Formats: sequence, C-alpha cells, structure tokens
Amino acid sequence: MAATEKPPVTGTGSVALDGLLTWVDQRFPLISTWKAHLSEYYAPKNFNFWYYFGGLAMLVLGIQIVTGIFLTMNYKPDANLAFASVEYIMREVPGGWIIRYMHSTGASAFFICIYLHMFRALLYGSYRSPRELMWIFGVLIYLLLMGEAFFGYLLPWGQMSYWGAQVIINLFSAIPLIGPDLSLWIRGDYVISDATLNRFFALHVIAIPLLLLGLVMAHLLALHEVGSNNPDGIEIKKNKDARGVPLDGIPFHPYYTVKDILGVVVFLIVFAVIVFFAPEMGGYFLEYNNFVPADPLQTPAHIAPVWYFTPYYSILRAVPPLFNSQFPGVVAMGVSVMILFVLPWLDRGAVKSIRYRGTHFKVALAAFVIVFLVLGYLGTEPITVWGQFGAWLGNADRATVASRVCTVIYFLFFFLMPWYTKVDKTKPEPERVTH
Amino acid sequence: MSDDNKVDNTRRNLVIATCAAGGAAGVAAALPFAASWLPSERAKAGGAPVEADISKLDPGQIMTVEWRSKPVWIVRRTKEMLDAMPGIESKLSDPGSDVPMQPEYAKNEFRSIKPEVLVLVGICSHLGCSPQSKPAEAKAEMGADWAGGFLCPCHGSKFDLAGRVYKGAPAPVNLEVPQHTYLSDTRILIGEDKKGA
Amino acid sequence: MKKLIAGLLLAPTALFASPAAMATEGGVRLDAAPINQADVVSLQSGARTFANYCLNCHSASLMRWNRLMELGLSESQIKDNLMFSGDKVGELMNVAMVRKDAQKWFGAAPPDLSVIARARGADWLYSYLRAFYRDPARPTGWNNAVFENVGMPNPLWQLQGERVRVEQAAKGGDAKAGAHGGALKAVAYETVRPGSLTPVQYDETVRDLVNFLVYMGEPAATSRKQMGIVVLLFLLALWPLVWLLKREYWKDVH
Repeated sequence: MAATEKPPVTGTGSVALDGLLTWVDQRFPLISTWKAHLSEYYAPKNFNFWYYFGGLAMLVLGIQIVTGIFLTMNYKPDANLAFASVEYIMREVPGGWIIRYMHSTGASAFFICIYLHMFRALLYGSYRSPRELMWIFGVLIYLLLMGEAFFGYLLPWGQMSYWGAQVIINLFSAIPLIGPDLSLWIRGDYVISDATLNRFFALHVIAIPLLLLGLVMAHLLALHEVGSNNPDGIEIKKNKDARGVPLDGIPFHPYYTVKDILGVVVFLIVFAVIVFFAPEMGGYFLEYNNFVPADPLQTPAHIAPVWYFTPYYSILRAVPPLFNSQFPGVVAMGVSVMILFVLPWLDRGAVKSIRYRGTHFKVALAAFVIVFLVLGYLGTEPITVWGQFGAWLGNADRATVASRVCTVIYFLFFFLMPWYTKVDKTKPEPERVTH
Repeated sequence: MSDDNKVDNTRRNLVIATCAAGGAAGVAAALPFAASWLPSERAKAGGAPVEADISKLDPGQIMTVEWRSKPVWIVRRTKEMLDAMPGIESKLSDPGSDVPMQPEYAKNEFRSIKPEVLVLVGICSHLGCSPQSKPAEAKAEMGADWAGGFLCPCHGSKFDLAGRVYKGAPAPVNLEVPQHTYLSDTRILIGEDKKGA
Repeated sequence: MKKLIAGLLLAPTALFASPAAMATEGGVRLDAAPINQADVVSLQSGARTFANYCLNCHSASLMRWNRLMELGLSESQIKDNLMFSGDKVGELMNVAMVRKDAQKWFGAAPPDLSVIARARGADWLYSYLRAFYRDPARPTGWNNAVFENVGMPNPLWQLQGERVRVEQAAKGGDAKAGAHGGALKAVAYETVRPGSLTPVQYDETVRDLVNFLVYMGEPAATSRKQMGIVVLLFLLALWPLVWLLKREYWKDVH
C-alpha cells in the first residue's frame, strides 16, 4: 500500500501528535502493527489467573536485561577479581545492592513464572494443534533459559558457583567416546578456571540474551498467527460476527493491557517483599555457601544446583550407574527435559482443556505435579535426608527409592499419554466460552 | 448522555491517575540505576586528599606528588624568583588571576598561601600535556628575558613561576592551583581547604 | 563458673554447607545469637573487638574503614581507636599477614571475614567463638566443639580464659536423632584458668562481635529494609488504583 494511500492518524487529541504519527505511519507499519497485535488482536475474554505468567515472564526478562547491563558495568569477569567485584557492587556502588538483589531475585522469579506459564499449557492443552510450533519455541526458550541461569551462576565465583559448574560439566564426560574431550572443550581448561568464567560471561551477557529475545519474538508471532487458547480449550475463531471478530474475543488493548498492569503490580509487591526483606530466601535464592570464594582445593560437603534445576538433578541422581558410568543418569535427565518437545503429539485427547477431560488425565496430571515437586525438594537435599530403610530393602536411602518411584511416574506421564488421553472419558466441549 | 460523560470521566481520571503513579514509580525505579554511575566508594577513596612533606624541599627545588592521578608540583621559590615576578606582568595573559583557576586564598600576586611555596596542578590548560620545568638559567632555550617557569612541549605554551600563562600561547588560562592547606610548616594537604575555613 | 549448655543441634539447612572439615558426625546444637542490628553501641564494641583480636590474622578486604562512620564513629575515632597501621581511613581493611606465610603457619590461610556472617550465619559464629577448649593433641593447643580440629587458636582466650572439654554421658532425653541420622553430642567444659571477663561478660563481647560481623556482611541491610517499607507502601497504594482501572474497563465485557 503506497504511503499516500494510508489514512492519516487521528484521534490522539493533539494535532501535532496526529501529524507526527501520520508521518511515521507513512514510512513504517506503525498503525498496522498496533492494530494487528494490540487494538485489533482479539483474545478470548475468559483468561484467568494462569494467563498472567507469560506477560510477567516478559517483564522479568526486561528486569534481568536492565539489571544485568548495570551489573556488567562494575562486574569483573576474572577469576581473581569476580567475587570481590560482586561485593564491590553490593557495598561501594551507589544503589548497587538494589541492582544485584533485583537480578538474583529476578532469576528465580523467571523460573517461577515460566513453570506456572508451562503448567497453564498443560491445564488447557495450549500446546495442541495449531499451536505446536509455539510450544516448540517455548520449550527452546525454556532450555535457553536453563543455560542462561547455569552460565550466570558461575559468575559470582563462589563455592557453589564453582563446584556446581564442575559437577554439571563433568556430566558431559560421562558421554561415551567423546565425553572427556567434550568437557575439556566446554571448560577450556582441565578444571573450571578463568577461561571458563570468561566464556560463560560472554554467553550469559550477550549470546543467550540475543537468542532469547529472538525466540520470544518468534513465540509471540506464532501466538498471534493462530490466536490464543483459553481455559475452555475451544477455538474462538470458529464463531465470528459479521465483521469477522470472534464473538468471544476482546481486543487485547485495552482489556488485557489494563488487566496485565494489575498483574504486574501484584507481582511487583511480591518481588519487592523478597528483594527488600528476604533476598536470600532461606538460602534458596542466594545460597549461603556462595558467600565463600571459590576454592578449587576444597569441595563443599554438599553440592546442590539452584532450586529450579533440582527436579532434573533428582532424576539424574535416581538412575543407578551402569558399568561404572553415570551416563544412563545423564541420558535420563536429558530425556526428561527433551520429552517436552513431543508433548503435542503424545496427547491424543478429544478435548484440549482439563475442564472437559476425564479422570485419567486429571489423575495423571496431579501425579505429575506431585512427583515434580517431590523430585524438586529432594534435589535440594543430600540423598540421606530421609534416612534409610531397614535391611529388608538393603539399607537403601529412602530418598533414593522415592526419587526412583517419582522418576518412573514422571516418565509414565509422558510415555503413557497416548494411551490414557485416548481412552479418557471426556465431556463435550461447549460452543462458546463459559468462564 | 450525562451517564456516558460520568463513565468517561471516571475512566479518564483513572487512566490519568494510574499514568501519574506509574510515571512516579518509573522515575523512582530509575534512580538506583542512575545513582550507580556516581563515583563509588573506591573512586572517592582514590580521589582523597594527599599529604606532601616539604621538609626536605630546598629553595629552588620542585617536587611532584600524585593527586587524583594528576601530577601536582610543589615549588620552593627563592627570593630571586619572587622578585622577578612583577617585572613580567605585561607579557602575561591573565596576570591578576581573574579567571578562577585558583581558590580564593591563592588569588594574589604569587598565587599561593605562602609566597615561597607554590602548589600547581602540572597539567597544561591547553590540551592536557604535562609542562616541563624551565628555570631562569635556561635563557639559551627560552630567551634572554626568561625569568623561569614552565614550557609545555606539546604546543609551546609558557607559564611563569606562579603558573600564569604567557601571551601568545595556545593555552587559554593559568595553570590550576588545587585546594590545599598547611597541616604544619612542612606538611601540605592537597585536595582540601583548611578545615573550618 | 558456668557450664555451657549440654546438647547442641546443628543448623538444619544442608545448603548451609561449610568446608568438609566441619561436617561432624552427629551435630552440635547452635545457640541462637542474641544480636540486635539496631544497637549501635553493640556494633561499635564489636568493631573494636574485631580490630583488636581478628585483624591481626584475618582481613576484611571488602570493607572500608570509613564505612564504620555509619556506626556513629567519627573519622578520627576510627583512625585513633581502630586502625593501627598507617592506613588512611578510606582504605580497605586489609591485613599485614602474607597469605603464603599464614598457610604455612596455620595449615590454612585465615579466610577473609568480610562476608563470613552470610556464609556461616550468626548462630554458628556465636556458638563457634564460645566453643574453644584446650587440647594438647592439636598443634595450636586449641580445639573447638563446633568446628572440630580447626586450625585457628582461640583469639579471645585472654578474655574467656582456658577450659578443657568434659565428656558427658548422653542423658536419656538428650539422645535425639540429628538432622542426618547421627546422635546429638552433649558438650560440657571445665574452666582451668579464668580470663579477664566473667562468662556473662564474655558472652556479651562475643555477641557484640557477631553483631558486628553480621553488619559487616551486609552493611546496607538496615537501609534495605527501610527502603523496602517505602516501596511496599507505594505499591500497596497503587494496587487498588490499578484494580479500579481494570474493573472500570472490564465493565464493557460480558
């Protein structure tokens, strides 16, 4: 459409602003983008609590980028200087402690939002056709986010930073044939060292954030292409009015912009409580042992990953070694994450939303949530945390047995899904959204 | 109709109130980030005043101390040097030190607290090179009526023994006299005025 | 003569992990450190104890001397009473002892104490500093019930005096299982030579020192909480406003 054919922008209340926007719109798809993605993007009107977390995740991404940039202005990515530079930020840079606590809290907040965001997808079948690609972009974002957190965690160069990275990279050496060389290549040295710190810094500060931003854009474009799912799991585009607007749709702006602002304020209240009153969160957000500078010669008694990795860490620990190799555990841990990619094809249910599913799915999902939480908790503790069974079970650690049971249930949730979603007695989906 | 207006007004007022509150929150949130660019405690400690001991500084000698990563010269001027100074005033751009390149207490004919001790920041007021000391004896190089002072090697600016710039030099103003105070007859604190002054 | 508490319980969080040497079989119950971060006098006293007894071997190289002005001390008070070398008041609290020498003399270089309170916790430090006892089997002649076979001698022995450890048979009610399956140890001491302080005075001295260490671990803690109250009040006021805005717009939606 030629620039001169577009109607001028009106209605901002100011002639000057109208004129400026018209000038821009003739040279840039300003109004068409605004309409397509905000004022005339029709979202289902029945979004509930679970629908806040995508927007909140974007907010946290913004917080992490801004606080991260300012941290980089004073942080020194050098093994001899890193730990002290973090404390320099905390003590000597005006406002530095606020920026640091926002970044550390934001990291955990990011994962809380993402896990709740993904859970929404499980509840309402948001990964089902035609949204499979959106889901795949989402799982890629999740994987990149885990990498981002892993690389970022080395930067403070505390004991947990160092040894956590040491343990995880050593996992790669369990891969047959190429393992040890792969670990050496990742580290850039024979042990975690300054070389590792420098490359993890580059990956954390620029490489992965760029990829994340690109993938988030792709995720949103895919969403807007097919339109949002909703708690009833029905397609609102099936019932449109004379103008082509879905009957159950409302423009994202102003309705969801205004609702998301409310969500943001509530989120910020919780965020502020943590940043200002409990930034360590009992050692779960800022681990106590990370206030000890990294010491390659002294292994801490208990190494655990940060809480958002612990479910997968539990699965890794639960799988017994085979032929003295921890490789099966590594594979199990890898599969436990990667299986998320194929979820859209495992689900053979007749309906999308849990509201219309039968008992099979509800039991399976409840079991999945419970084992995910149990595995997560066990991953934060040493394997002896629940004591041992008696001799009748070979004096096995109770936590190991529990982890194994939970791991099996975790995998069965996915592997049995084609069966139980198919035989599930579903209720009929409504024509129009309910609530 | 009037109902519509009432509804519209409520909506408009809420939007304005929210925008105002949000704007205030945004400004408040930006403050720590902007503040983080202020000099840190480390920078302030590095910029702290420096003490110079002039007990061993003989007449006619110069010593250099570092303050805020800049060279600060302390010159113990002889009576001859001080006597020669009024004679060259016609050759100087700012003999009366009108441009504030010195604290109030150094705005005098010798640009110092005590006439015999000169404290100068040794950085040329042109483009920042460090001038070289050229005593009165260097007449072969500096000219027959050279009364002593400094020559900047970069673009040729000349300064007298009170740091005042000669006419015709690219340097626009006199050399800076830093804030300083005497802790005793032999100790000068550079970077700070006399306490309680 | 005061006997210490019989039976101590190790702090529950495993993430509280400290170097391997600390992990004793069964735990030692930690006493709660009765510190008050608002007590400026206590913090000043702790700063003095720290400067006099700790800074000979340990550094606090992330802390600046002039930060102590926050505790109500003037620059000259800091310079005259706390600083012993020729350092300027804007300098960091470094120590003269060279790390390599320290490693040779004590087996391990004395760690920097700037953030020790965040790594170990106030309760651990409070208990540790009150758990030294004479042990001729150790190279320094000292051992510690909270940190077994520690390489550090009792820095405050002149204040606390000297005592030996007395093994107590575990009473029936005390033999509870520890967090990781071990039985709790009961610890008791017997004073061999009294120090310059009474036990109550010594506990207070240690309390003030730990109070100071907690402050030094995060000097911004107090202003953090103050700022938090202002931020929360603002957000709690903003919440109903945005809720009304949302409700106003959503009246249109049915």
